[in-house]
Amino acid sequence: MSEKKFSKKHEWVSVEGDIATVGITKHATEMLGDIVFVEVPEAGKVIEQNNQAAVVESTKAASDVYTPISGEVTESNKLIVDDPSSVNSDPEGVSWFFKIKIKDSSELDGLMTKSDYDKFVAENPS
Amino acid sequence: MEVQKTVLYNYHKILGAKFVSFAGYEMPIQYSDGIIKEHISTRTHAGFFDVSHMGQFYVSGENLEVALEKIIPADLKNLKVNQSKYSFLLNDSGGVIDDLIITRREKSFCIILNAACKDNDIKQISKYLGENHKFHLCTQTSLIAVQGPKSAEILEKHIKGVSDLKFMQGNTFEFDGEKIYVTRSGYTGEDGFEMSVLNTQVEKLIKNLLEDKVKPIGLGARDTLRLEAGLCLYGHELNEEINPIEANLKWAIAKKRREEGGFNGWEKIKNNIEKGTSKLRVGILPEGKIIAREGTKIFSSTDMEIGTITSGTFGPSVNVPVAMGYVNSNFSKIGTIIKLEVRGKKYEAKVAELPFYKKSYAK
Repeated sequence: MSEKKFSKKHEWVSVEGDIATVGITKHATEMLGDIVFVEVPEAGKVIEQNNQAAVVESTKAASDVYTPISGEVTESNKLIVDDPSSVNSDPEGVSWFFKIKIKDSSELDGLMTKSDYDKFVAENPS
Repeated sequence: MEVQKTVLYNYHKILGAKFVSFAGYEMPIQYSDGIIKEHISTRTHAGFFDVSHMGQFYVSGENLEVALEKIIPADLKNLKVNQSKYSFLLNDSGGVIDDLIITRREKSFCIILNAACKDNDIKQISKYLGENHKFHLCTQTSLIAVQGPKSAEILEKHIKGVSDLKFMQGNTFEFDGEKIYVTRSGYTGEDGFEMSVLNTQVEKLIKNLLEDKVKPIGLGARDTLRLEAGLCLYGHELNEEINPIEANLKWAIAKKRREEGGFNGWEKIKNNIEKGTSKLRVGILPEGKIIAREGTKIFSSTDMEIGTITSGTFGPSVNVPVAMGYVNSNFSKIGTIIKLEVRGKKYEAKVAELPFYKKSYAK
């Protein structure tokens, strides 16, 4: 898999061939708090970049998860639906959200590297 | 308006608090452990809550009961010294201006008011007071709640005698050479205490509690705890358009007062008791893991719109989502199958018994 890239909305993307795996960042989970519900898109759903793709809910509130890449969803992660708390424990590993077939790989160029993202987070404390 | 802070603000920071603006105050929503751990630690051990943003209102003077009973439907004449009651301030149509805890003290009544309502509450109460009545909002003391099964055992070590208090009873004790007023009460569904402690001593009290692993608990867990316990939160389950009967809180209006009246909105309330209300507050258990937040529309099994959710979250102790809301009374029977519309889709749920989480209080 490729090195992860990051969006300003705190999603990460990892690319293998023409498939991108998308999840939310450790920083996002820290802002959200305890995650108690996750809704993921069904396979076959076509979603445009920066549109809502999934939902996470903490004890406090519901938040949308956006896709940083346009395409067709090929698979979503049932693990996090059954055990939402796993998103808190391993957000950038086993608790990915969905895989999407990349429509336009140039969209990846607009995303941040890990070091750029860390800088972005440090400069934009919430 | 300038953002207000409690005396413990800087100490909360040291304890890892994340703050949120609440009723004009910067208050901890959670600490480093997070809401679920804070919730569980309150239910299994004990937690402390800084509730100093709430109003500690004192009123004294002759024939005070007569004046206060016009706006508060509790039986104040028969309330003994050091006894507390959960009650309300009612408007002319019986709507709830605020919910409160009133305690008779030696020479006064102490009324604990919600932070967001306290300024208006004082205006409303003072309408019924005469020239011989004195009142003030106490700012010399912080208000600290300790809640959880171990709270009596732990507090007794620092404040001798508190464990002898019965539920909804208070008294003056001694802490570190100064007076402290403690009641056995709270809003989590657990045994616990609420203390008016001098601002100069509050940090010392907290340090003592922390040594006994009483964790700091933020507004987040306070909300999940009270919701599991089926307790109303003003601005959500209660407001000026809702009367106590609709809120299923008839028990909180003294029987004598229900029969004799003489308080704001009595006719409407009496009528509602006799003939029923068109809507009622109920507990709701959504199916599966779906969380129905405040504002979620409620439908009957045949898709008729019948109400709205007023609070909803995940209940860490019951380990399922829980909610409360108002439904058309025809659909208020426990076990009734209803539907909740979340993000455009309808999910099944049922009307459930309150509280979701049961615990016995010290009687």
